[in-house]
Amino acid sequence: MSLPETLMKRLHAAPAGEPEWLTEKRRAGASYFETVGFPTRRDEAWKYTDMSRFSDLEFGQADNAELDQASYDALKLDIDACRLVFVDGLFNAELSDLDSMPEGVAITPLSQALKSDQPAVSEQLGHLTGIDFSAFSALNTALTGEGAIVTIGKRQAVEKPIYLLFISRNNAAPVMSHPRILVNCDTESEATLIEHYAGEQGAANLTNVVTEIEMAPASRLSHYKLQEASQSEYHVASIQVDQKRDTNFISHNLNLGGAVVRNDLVSDLNDENATVDLLGLFFGQDRQHIDNHTKVNHNAPRTYSNENYKGILDGRARGVFNGRVYIKRDAQQVLGYQNNANLLLSDRAEIDTKPELEIYADDVQCSHGTTTGQLDENAIFALRARGIDEQMARGLLTLAFANEVMERIHHRVLTDRVERAVAGKLPDRFNLESLVEDTSL
Amino acid sequence: MLEIKDLHATVEGSEILKGITLTINPGEVHAIMGPNGAGKSTLSAVLAGRDGYEVTQGTITFDGKDLMEMEVEERAQAGLLMGFQYPVEIPGVKNIYLLKSALNAQRAAQGLEEMPAPEFMKLIKEKIGFMKMDSSFLHRAVNEGFSGGEKKRNEILQMLVLQPKLALLDEIDSGLDIDAMKVVADGVNSLRDENRAILMVTHYQRLLDHITPDQVHVLIDGRIAKSGDRHLAEELEARGYEWVVEEPAA
Repeated sequence: MSLPETLMKRLHAAPAGEPEWLTEKRRAGASYFETVGFPTRRDEAWKYTDMSRFSDLEFGQADNAELDQASYDALKLDIDACRLVFVDGLFNAELSDLDSMPEGVAITPLSQALKSDQPAVSEQLGHLTGIDFSAFSALNTALTGEGAIVTIGKRQAVEKPIYLLFISRNNAAPVMSHPRILVNCDTESEATLIEHYAGEQGAANLTNVVTEIEMAPASRLSHYKLQEASQSEYHVASIQVDQKRDTNFISHNLNLGGAVVRNDLVSDLNDENATVDLLGLFFGQDRQHIDNHTKVNHNAPRTYSNENYKGILDGRARGVFNGRVYIKRDAQQVLGYQNNANLLLSDRAEIDTKPELEIYADDVQCSHGTTTGQLDENAIFALRARGIDEQMARGLLTLAFANEVMERIHHRVLTDRVERAVAGKLPDRFNLESLVEDTSL
Repeated sequence: MLEIKDLHATVEGSEILKGITLTINPGEVHAIMGPNGAGKSTLSAVLAGRDGYEVTQGTITFDGKDLMEMEVEERAQAGLLMGFQYPVEIPGVKNIYLLKSALNAQRAAQGLEEMPAPEFMKLIKEKIGFMKMDSSFLHRAVNEGFSGGEKKRNEILQMLVLQPKLALLDEIDSGLDIDAMKVVADGVNSLRDENRAILMVTHYQRLLDHITPDQVHVLIDGRIAKSGDRHLAEELEARGYEWVVEEPAA
């Protein structure tokens, strides 16, 4: 495996003045990555997503975090939130808003936390992912320098969402960034975290993010990952969640952009009554490639998982869904449900879907289903009987297919954003453009 | 407005309609009654343009046009609208989207621009008020989780927004309690005027207490066995359908 020379150099040039523990982790990450290299299709977990192309691509590094106001206005979510903004991986203090931080929350850009060598960072960075979560997470460990460290205090119910916005610029030469997000939800806390990836048109960078979420007993977290990068962007995300007793984690994994996208989402249910909901939507068109790998580890009895992923693929887009549910020996009375439904809007679009159940306990209820589908002909007739032509009826039902995943999103800003984006991406023949404008009473 | 001549129709090879002739003029309200299996639903299905029903003989003319040559959506755009006995649940499609796209499809067919959003929302607000429906329902999915009564109200709401020339109401009273029946009947009655017509298909006389028909037709074994005014419905309620079969057709 040969790696680009610039990347090799960077892997061995640890930034000066960093704490020793970090230098060690970086070395371990670099060495693991050098051994395995970028994944190829020979790796089972990357069977449908060829990442060897990265060996031939050169990515630089951003040296500033400047951004056009117009780009920022067009890309950001208009949501009242504690906001951190990153541009090509670098923190932009001006665009961020941490002044009105609610009580009980601490959010610090990772670079600042590293500078002051906060003990929490050394404990958390890599605690869940280890070095070998994946080649990309190892690369992240070797090269990260920015991101966010988020702490929700004990018994704090934080209503204001925590909003991390990552914007990718259309640079003359593409860059790579390796954000690291460390989240710590203390006992009985409750919060909403939004990771938002957006990009200027034509941006062709590599964003390789790792998120580690530790959930203390009885904490609750709603996690939104809205990925609407440009269609030439490379996006890889590794998310690992550690759930203790009575925790509740809801993940909304919404993927609309990117040229090549890979999400690895792992939840460990480590104690009784831990619950995880994994909801996902992906929309691909042209030659987009979107790969979602999820894994739920029921490591304790009476733990619950519920997963529903929906994909819509048009043009020559390709989608991958691989959902694994693992139930440890003696983890009894577990409930695990999984569903993946897909719609193909063109003959040349392709979906590879693979549910995997691995069960070592006998008193469990599990099911999985996958459909690639057809729209409801009765519903089409009902819409036509109101004067709506067949193509538009199909468009409405396709939009409805996407909307169903969003029923549990309680932020209108997010649902409207996604619905409009989906309506805008659906083929012209569906004629839905003017439909989703403002219809509030 | 609607002219049905010697209509024969088959479902899966067996003949259900065996020569129906019926003329409905603007301003009129007609009711078709009859026992189970007489062909009432088949007649509704043929008029609505459902798949699986084959017209083997006869003609249907709507506003001078051959109805059988029109697609399902063209019929609705031209003003022939069906209120269904079992309205379909459409998960994920908001009511507001259905109403908006249906109204704009009708306007497009008439060569009109799309209705501006503020005007549209004003219209919708007025109509849902009339149907005593809560505005929150507009952002709920079409009929999903609705009670039987709510579904029927929703059918009539769509009619009030789309203002059909000819409203076909297929067993619109089934599943309605007294209060819902009154709201639905008020909605239908508000559509009545000299340019519009209504055709109700119903099993029970009860509906006709609320929406008074000008003419009542008894459908038996695929044919109209008898026609009369609203008193015929009362007679059917009292005597059943048997006697109609025994008397020679009107």
